[in-house]
Amino acid sequence: MKILNTTGAIALFATSLLLTSCGNDNAQSKVDASTIKVTGTMEAELTSPPFVPAPVGDRDAKKLIVNMEILEEEGTMADGVTYVYWTFGGTVPGSFIRTRVGDEVEFTLSNHPENKLPHNIDLHAVTGPGGGAASSFVAPGHSKTFSFKTLNPGLYVYHCATAPVGMHIANGMYGLILVEPKGGLPKVDKEYYIMQGDFYTKGENGEPGLQTFDMKKAVDEDADYVVFNGKVGALTGDNAITANVGETVRLYVGNGGPNLTSSFHVIGEIFDNVHVEGGDLINKNVQTTSIPAGGAAIVEFKVDVPGTFIIVDHAIFRAFNKGALGMLKVKGSEKANLYSGVIQEGIYNPEGSTLQSMPGEEVVETKTQNKTLAESIASGKLIYTNTCFACHQANGEGIASAFPPLAESDYLNADLERSINIVLHGKTGKITVNGKKYNSVMTKQTLTNEEVADVLTYVYNSWGNNKTHVKVSDVINANSGH
Amino acid sequence: MKTTIRLACIALFALSFQAASQSNMVFIKGGSYTPLYGRDSMQVAIEDFYMDTYPVTNEAYVAFIQAYPEWKRSRVIKLFADGNYLRKWATDKTLGTEQSATAAITGISWFAANAYCECQGKRLPSIDEWEYVAMANESLPDARFTENYNAYILSWYEKPHTSNNDVGSTFKNYWGVYDLHGLVWEWTSDFNSVLISGESRKDVDNDANLFCGKAAIGANDLMNYAAFMRYAIRSSLKARYTMNNLGFRCVKNAND
Repeated sequence: MKILNTTGAIALFATSLLLTSCGNDNAQSKVDASTIKVTGTMEAELTSPPFVPAPVGDRDAKKLIVNMEILEEEGTMADGVTYVYWTFGGTVPGSFIRTRVGDEVEFTLSNHPENKLPHNIDLHAVTGPGGGAASSFVAPGHSKTFSFKTLNPGLYVYHCATAPVGMHIANGMYGLILVEPKGGLPKVDKEYYIMQGDFYTKGENGEPGLQTFDMKKAVDEDADYVVFNGKVGALTGDNAITANVGETVRLYVGNGGPNLTSSFHVIGEIFDNVHVEGGDLINKNVQTTSIPAGGAAIVEFKVDVPGTFIIVDHAIFRAFNKGALGMLKVKGSEKANLYSGVIQEGIYNPEGSTLQSMPGEEVVETKTQNKTLAESIASGKLIYTNTCFACHQANGEGIASAFPPLAESDYLNADLERSINIVLHGKTGKITVNGKKYNSVMTKQTLTNEEVADVLTYVYNSWGNNKTHVKVSDVINANSGH
Repeated sequence: MKTTIRLACIALFALSFQAASQSNMVFIKGGSYTPLYGRDSMQVAIEDFYMDTYPVTNEAYVAFIQAYPEWKRSRVIKLFADGNYLRKWATDKTLGTEQSATAAITGISWFAANAYCECQGKRLPSIDEWEYVAMANESLPDARFTENYNAYILSWYEKPHTSNNDVGSTFKNYWGVYDLHGLVWEWTSDFNSVLISGESRKDVDNDANLFCGKAAIGANDLMNYAAFMRYAIRSSLKARYTMNNLGFRCVKNAND
């Protein structure tokens, strides 16, 4: 950072002139931030994720008081899985700190007396040895104060840097500090704070109970959980972030690591602007942006159509199998000219050259034959693997807060006709399965009646369900009763 | 300093305190070991000595306070103990209702721990002595390379509220010593001398705190996270600091 300041500033300024020759006021680049005078003192507003403090707007640089407390405490990693998190401010990621360039930040780090370990903080926004780590090293039951001046605008990671650093970060000790330029970032309608992290637990993903940190897996970079905001489901269902059609959304996205680089993507959106690596460079029309461990990015987009937009690490097994999945729910009226929804369904037959219209049920009925239970299960298993597996998972366990389980499912076993209709027609909205609430979308499946019967037979005869043998006639009856 | 405390030990009740609170000690056969911060060529020699079987308990410390009232919470010299000294006690002389008499005393400064040991004719162990005994598990004098050894210690670091457990509630190690891991941190005489630079590496700067890159430079066993954390906690301390999770035990030279 220091090198950038002294030798790179001119080059950087020249580059930014070239890139933004039309408009954006980059005049502050010329100002030596170290000479910015501060006027007055204020206490910083700190927020828990996914929220961020109010923008700095056009306020002057100030002396900014930041008080942060370190807490070691047990929290929930996933349903039934707990973990002892080490946190800045009681959350993972830690509290969001919002400053403007030229602020003099007086930072007090307090280590709760019941904590076991010493900690410190290395803020990437600090120009100084260790990013403040050496000055903030604090034993349990004590506090340390140091101060720094914010010289470079951007979005920066902070983290604990006490040995063993990897373990402190792996247990959740990271967060973001934003340094806004003079005059603040352009105004948007909604702002949120999201941070990815990878976790390494003694038990495999989903193994219930209190899980301890597994050092060997961490060294091998073999993550059990990859999540947004510290736990599976922190941004899904009722915790989803929200916006209204037509609004502009800005996400401050960080990656605490400790190991994995994020391929950050919002399904069904294109980022209008990405502040690459949290710095001055702005890229436009980006599908997926790479966020390194210990790095950040600011992404901005306008939400044009309503719906649920899934936020993922597009290293996609992390999203569907390890937890890196969030939701942005956008409310408002449909915009058919931008996104139509399904207009027409057909059957694709490569032997003919055109799409055909959906056949009536009598066509299916001609194929009806009474399979044995074993045949139905065998065929149903194949259909399940092709069609259902991605969401409901290999053993019907589903994904916490996103996709309900089919294994030992009270909802499934209670009502066969309802189950058949969900496969035939899809399901949207709130349901409760095994005591947990889900609010998600399942699309209607393009399966024949026989396939529906087989796949449901497979599901009902697996994973502790009630062993119903679903017949084609059940499917037809359920459908006509619908 | 030493003189002051030694003098303080010749108090009125000193002899009765010594008689009453002599805890069990076990013999530790000396030898040599490679500390975390050393190389194979940097073996450290350990003389024979005796070590307390258990950390000093709350009730033993109550007895100490009666004999040496200058270590009462209300009278302790601020230079020798920070504002949290014995914070959980109900009064100057009595434990808090939540505190077990047979749990390890915590919330004491290095000065207090040092005075306690000296008043018993003992002393605090050095880092090397403490680490030498603490590298044992139930059956091996040096278990640092067994998987369970590190896992046990690390799991303690992640377990909240162990400081009020009774002494003796963890395992008895090879030497017959209890509770070196799994109960509380313990003061050592030279806690603040964690030198990652030795004479063979004078080019490494002397900043003893184990930060980021520096932590990796001097260490010979990068997998020994557990030991890193002990060195980290030691280097975060000052002699007047007290902590809810920090106690002590005493040792004695074998030839005294």
